[in-house]
Amino acid sequence: MAGQRTEVADVDRERYDFIKSEEGTERVHAGLTPDIIREISARKDEPEWMLEHRLKCLEIYNKTPIPNWGPSLDGLDMANIVTYVKPKGEQKSDWESVPEDIKDTFDRLGIPQAERAYLAGVGAQYDSELVYHNIQESVADKGIVYSGIEEAMKDGWEDVIRQHFMKLVPPTDHKFAALHGAVWSGGSFVYVPAGVKLDFPLQSYFRLNAKGAGQFEHTLIIVEEGAELHFIEGCSAPKYNVANLHAGCVELFVKDNAKLRYSTIENWSKNMYNLNTKRSIVGKNGTIEWVSGSFGSHVGCLYPMSILQGEGSTSEFTGITFAGTGQDLDTGCKVVCAAPNTKAVVNTKSISKGGGVSTFRSSVVATPAAENASVSVSCASLMLDDKSRSDTIPTMDIRCDNVSVGHEASIGRIGNDLMFYLMSRGIPEDEASTMVVNGFANPVSKELPLEYAVEMNNLIKLEMEGAIG
Amino acid sequence: MISMAEKLLVTRDLNIAADETPILRDVNFSIEAGTTTVLMGPNGAGKTTLGHALMGNPEYQVASGTITFNGEDITDYSPDKRAVAGMFMSFQAPVEVPGVPLATFLRAIVATRPELKLRGAKFKKRVAEIMDQLNMDPSYLDRELNVGFSGGEKKKLEMLQLLLLQPKLAILDETDSGLDVDALDTVSRAINLYQEMGGTLLMITHNTRILEHVKVDKVQVLVRGQIVDAGCSDLILEIDNKGFERYVAEGSGSASVAAAQENQSKAFSEFNVEDALANMEAALEEHDQAGE
Repeated sequence: MAGQRTEVADVDRERYDFIKSEEGTERVHAGLTPDIIREISARKDEPEWMLEHRLKCLEIYNKTPIPNWGPSLDGLDMANIVTYVKPKGEQKSDWESVPEDIKDTFDRLGIPQAERAYLAGVGAQYDSELVYHNIQESVADKGIVYSGIEEAMKDGWEDVIRQHFMKLVPPTDHKFAALHGAVWSGGSFVYVPAGVKLDFPLQSYFRLNAKGAGQFEHTLIIVEEGAELHFIEGCSAPKYNVANLHAGCVELFVKDNAKLRYSTIENWSKNMYNLNTKRSIVGKNGTIEWVSGSFGSHVGCLYPMSILQGEGSTSEFTGITFAGTGQDLDTGCKVVCAAPNTKAVVNTKSISKGGGVSTFRSSVVATPAAENASVSVSCASLMLDDKSRSDTIPTMDIRCDNVSVGHEASIGRIGNDLMFYLMSRGIPEDEASTMVVNGFANPVSKELPLEYAVEMNNLIKLEMEGAIG
Repeated sequence: MISMAEKLLVTRDLNIAADETPILRDVNFSIEAGTTTVLMGPNGAGKTTLGHALMGNPEYQVASGTITFNGEDITDYSPDKRAVAGMFMSFQAPVEVPGVPLATFLRAIVATRPELKLRGAKFKKRVAEIMDQLNMDPSYLDRELNVGFSGGEKKKLEMLQLLLLQPKLAILDETDSGLDVDALDTVSRAINLYQEMGGTLLMITHNTRILEHVKVDKVQVLVRGQIVDAGCSDLILEIDNKGFERYVAEGSGSASVAAAQENQSKAFSEFNVEDALANMEAALEEHDQAGE
């Protein structure tokens, strides 16, 4: 029932920040060598072309320099990152068979409860491998495929995967795309046949428990002509005193007249380097909608990209970033309008506090083919104190005369008059500022399913605790 | 002699400054529980400053003196503590709060007053009842607080909160400015309802239109930052006829004329801007509404 919704309890840090024993897990040595790549590939019993792909990616990785822009990655020493950690047990499709402490992890994150309440399917990844994957029978009956990529490859989808895998995000894109290609593990494959519309979302949840490890899941989604899908991804990890790395890759193929909404609530712990790459290509009159909430990570670089290849295709990006103490979050998006009558709307909010750095970075390109395209970019930033920082770096490359482009940016603080008004009604200072920040974030949270909107409000509340000196 | 216990609000030798610039000097006045006091004065006299200072706006600092509310010295209280103690102020220009629906906000402010016992269904029922009394569209509850509302609607929202919170003392800052006939009628009705509940009012105004609809017990006259006269409601008629010229000409009480003038000219430049803007806004609104 669409009306049935779970309640999300108030967040306490314990909800995300708990560490489970690594007993029973198997990990490869830290660092990156062809031998480690071969070991990962062998464990997965994958086709030869994939091993070749991995080794080629490693070569590209070794040749590609670290980006010379954006937040510093000095704290990330690849020689110390463990690229593959296999959790104990195999992938299951019922929670009872999942090892107890892993099941407990996802129970505490509310995943099985959400699945029962309103999801059409759930995938749960723990460290490098999926531990759970399930799709409702009625959904599977419509021909929808939702499984791990490795599983799908053995299940008759190898050719399709080979045709699409890292074609949208080539390993030459940047150093961490190459890294991903070399050591990727886990993630999801979704195929929605032509004309099929899902009423309920699919969700993948990524949990990184292992200390000093990396998570490199690959998500490949194909939404065929006229089909519709809402996909949700969530991620979290406990905090360690050494760096963890997330370099996932998301490739979304949205065909003619199809529609995909991709929602993310990212709450990695604050020792995480989140260097994720997401990209979609959209066919004629198709729609991609990104909803993105970035709350966690020590350093984040995240710019989902939409390539509007089909005439009349649309991209909507709605994002919020909250950078607190010790966080440098560089987020935004990229859009390429490559066909007539394409339309891109970008709407982002960012909040920084306690010395946090939040940067909005966007790139809009209109090719000579983008006749009559329209692009509107709007970003608003809120700084909660003098220590924090907020930057806006929009770039536009317009190569077509007949394009309408708008850009709007604002950076502000919570006005004294606003605080006085709320407090004069009895609301204490900290609650008043939380209310203002929640209100500021509202255009994003109202795009999320209720449970996630509540969770996002709770995350804001959590971040705002102690915000007032 | 009237005992202190019957006085809900007492200011003693209150001196208020904004960024070191003195605005109010030696303000001594009191309000008895259950009465309605009108604070009158020419533009720039410091009326709004007094209202904000009583409510604890940090933009205005207490240089010396005390404010006692309900027997408690609240001079150092933050605005939220004053509100919880039973004070309320209706703003001349209510602030827009983007992204916060009216219903969410009302629930949050009621939660700070458990003594109202307005939980769950009772809250909904009470809000619906007041909105009905004030001819307000229930769909307003889903709209963002004060965002995109007209001046008149904003004032009605202030009255909704007044009736919901039932404070011991309500300061109404120019609640009547910029209202068309219908809105003025609604606001007067809200004020009358509040009076019937036994509420205590301090109404700040520079025109006397609304006073035709509201029963007034006492009038205080503020000129150039000082209380210069007090009386019963007859004083309104007198001021209506003669204006404030005589107070301005008489100077300002016991302070030496030179010192007073120096302070006044400083203070004058301060609030001239603020009040002039407010008046302009009010005039524009009136003009807009006349045009509709």
